[in-house]
Amino acid sequence: MIPRVSEPAKSRAAWRVRGLSDRTIAWLFIAPTITLLLAINIFPLVWMIRLSFTNLNLSMSYLPLRFVGLDNFIDILTDEEVWIRLQTTAQFVICSVALQVVIGFGLALLINRQFRGHSFWTTIILLPMMLSPAVVGNFWTLLLQPQIGPFNSLISLFTGVPPSSFSMTGQVALAPWTIVLVDTWMWAPYVMLICLAGLRSIPDYIYEAAEVDRASPWRQFWSITLPMAVPFLMLAVLFRAIENFKMFDMVNLLTSGGPGSTTELVSITLKRAAFEKWRTGYSSALAIILFVTVFGAANIYVKALNKVKQR
Amino acid sequence: MSDSAAAKAGLSRWFRRGPWENGAMILIGGGIFMLVQPWSIDLYSYSFITILVGTIGFMIVSHFPE
Repeated sequence: MIPRVSEPAKSRAAWRVRGLSDRTIAWLFIAPTITLLLAINIFPLVWMIRLSFTNLNLSMSYLPLRFVGLDNFIDILTDEEVWIRLQTTAQFVICSVALQVVIGFGLALLINRQFRGHSFWTTIILLPMMLSPAVVGNFWTLLLQPQIGPFNSLISLFTGVPPSSFSMTGQVALAPWTIVLVDTWMWAPYVMLICLAGLRSIPDYIYEAAEVDRASPWRQFWSITLPMAVPFLMLAVLFRAIENFKMFDMVNLLTSGGPGSTTELVSITLKRAAFEKWRTGYSSALAIILFVTVFGAANIYVKALNKVKQR
Repeated sequence: MSDSAAAKAGLSRWFRRGPWENGAMILIGGGIFMLVQPWSIDLYSYSFITILVGTIGFMIVSHFPE
């Protein structure tokens, strides 16, 4: 039975709803989200900007907080250690993104053909991408363990080198390639997905026309497939470069920046400055430098994305 | 054509989004290259200001008319 509402109460409620404009109702709905965003994104960012101009050191928090102007930024931008860490990061980004693009594009070309078990293999290839970087870091640490890890045994099977005679994460010559290998294993499927979207957007009639003109498959690849997939490849390169520039969790679990500082990416330098040396002002300034760099690169990424959308 | 309309047309010819956005992107890209290049610490020192100018510039010029 429908409960009866008295006429005056009904009209009061209706007036209350009618009294709010559409704009007010919209604001009421988005206010909790905006409040949450302000609290967890904007406020820490503003606070970090403030701290970057101070001498705050949490291991000596009894010292008075002093405004030091641009000193932290000048320290970072004249520090050769940070400069070398940024170069290490750039080397990691270039090697891993190049490998991911080559492997991802190759996989996309394979998956783009129809064959038996097509969906099964697509799912298998996409699995690493769906894992958390922390999980990937942990299980690759086990896989690469010199004594019990299967990776060293496999290499030993092919080369005859004793498995415990080398350590993929502990040797200066091997550790940088190890993080590149694991990152490529995890993210090449993502590049494959983007390339696959690009390959599927190429209309069939272009290939049909090329076949009428007796263009060889090789010629079709260089004149049709590759030029039409380039915007998608650029998108993948930009996205992966931004993500790898910020890479922390997986590398921290695999090598913690070692041996020595061979694989110390700038994000690990930032963590060490903030939570091992407790130089909060300095690390805030470094975080801002990285933030502005990533934000600038993200602008280019969004512009490239819009260009791809307009195609 | 009135003076104000001519001035407006002149302004819109100069402040078109495309070339300015490209300029800002070149600044950002150049700044990132300066940040990670291994040859000159002077270039490294001026990298952040270059990226910052490029990024703020990009945010401004992306509001210019097409």
